[in-house]
Amino acid sequence: MSIVPIIKRDYISKLAEQGKRIDGRRFDEFRKIEIETTVVNKAEGSARVKIGNTQVLAGIKMDVGEPYSDSPESGVLTTAAELIPLASPDFEAGPPREDAIELARVVDRGVRESEVVELDKLCLEPGEKVWIVFIDIHILDYDGNLFDAASLASLAALSTTIVPATRLEVGEDYQLPLKEPPISCTSVKFDNFVVIDPSLDEEEIADARLTVATDKNGDIRAMQKGLNGSFTKEEIQKVIRASLDNGREIKKQLSECTGK
Amino acid sequence: MELDIKLIDDNGKRMDGRSAEELRKIKIEAGVLHRADGSCYLEWGGNKVFAAVYGPREAIPRHTQNPLRAIVSARYNMAAFSVEDRKRPGPDRRSREISKVISEALEKVVLTEQFPRSAIDVNIEVLDAEAGTRCAGLTAAGVALADAGIPMKDIPVACAAGKIAGQIVIDLGKEEDNFGDADLPVAISPRTDEILLLQMDGHLTVEEFNKALDLAIKGCHKASEIQKKAIMDKYQSVKGAE
Repeated sequence: MSIVPIIKRDYISKLAEQGKRIDGRRFDEFRKIEIETTVVNKAEGSARVKIGNTQVLAGIKMDVGEPYSDSPESGVLTTAAELIPLASPDFEAGPPREDAIELARVVDRGVRESEVVELDKLCLEPGEKVWIVFIDIHILDYDGNLFDAASLASLAALSTTIVPATRLEVGEDYQLPLKEPPISCTSVKFDNFVVIDPSLDEEEIADARLTVATDKNGDIRAMQKGLNGSFTKEEIQKVIRASLDNGREIKKQLSECTGK
Repeated sequence: MELDIKLIDDNGKRMDGRSAEELRKIKIEAGVLHRADGSCYLEWGGNKVFAAVYGPREAIPRHTQNPLRAIVSARYNMAAFSVEDRKRPGPDRRSREISKVISEALEKVVLTEQFPRSAIDVNIEVLDAEAGTRCAGLTAAGVALADAGIPMKDIPVACAAGKIAGQIVIDLGKEEDNFGDADLPVAISPRTDEILLLQMDGHLTVEEFNKALDLAIKGCHKASEIQKKAIMDKYQSVKGAE
């Protein structure tokens, strides 16, 4: 670790001992979230999400193509994330690296496993023609917690997606069928403090990270632990509680914004 | 495709209702990204573009360094969802070429000799594309450079002119670009009218070219006013907040 993160770490943990965070939030408090949908006209669906200073844009494109041979009657979903050098002095141009791939895969899993997109309704001719849904995530401004920002942007973009059936000459345009989406909330741990929605400074000194996706019934739908630190059982329970509380609020905001 | 498409109607109006010398609507906002040293968000008709500047910082890899001056490296990138049929992410031949000509245009106005061995990186992201993205991108880059406080002789600005239905018009829209006869993107240094970028495709007579160039330069000056206003607005509000 270089010298700056050590100084920062000292500063952030001293504050944490007094129950404070650098931006004045409580440990279980999210930054302000802004969701704006249909921001890109050329896309089938799009959304820009801001969590504090972090800014992410997700765009949905759809095309007609062949299904996978093991699921001939269901549509295809692919997710890609680009950590473009616009967003941070540390991001470099070029093919996606580990962290961009992890980000895309975590978002992909969240959307896929929760069956938000009803892929079985996206079949045109079994074994021949199905809809392909491309989720492309662009990070515009990086101040921590890309997982939650990217997931939320993808969900908001999907919920405003119109299937371009007219353009591809396979019928009439219609709203992409969606189910209730789970909301993911990420927490990190440094020293013995656990905080939700880490800013970049907090992320940089974190020992462990935990993402929890919860649904409207208060059930857990996905989890992912990251980094080489560990959590105690009590800490995990605390993270789940905070994720449920914040997830409920975020879901409300998402519904208000997308009208669903 | 319908070839009988009428680019100019009987009243001399274009498909989107503009006259021959009218620009599409331009909206510019400076300093929109928190992480970048300077940034800009620009809407030009249906184009939506972000530009972010990082630097001057050490040029890496080191063999790219110039011991006498800074290098300006622009990277023009189109989002996968910015066009009708999804574009594969990452640079292609077209975006590499555009990156190169924009870099060269910007390098002319930046006082690069003040920063030997360093790089000034300009990232241009096209989120929504509708003809004229390179002009929109370069215009956004000019504002982002100013917002980053990079010493420059001038704020570079770009605008295109072209020929549709036998007429010279400014700032081609989507159909005009697809079905028109010629497109001429131009970037200038507005204080001196020096030309920083010039490309043309299509077919123009010498007289038509001269007319188109004059029109493009006129458009650059109009866009330049909007650029300056965006920068003034940002720093005005900083002053007001004190």
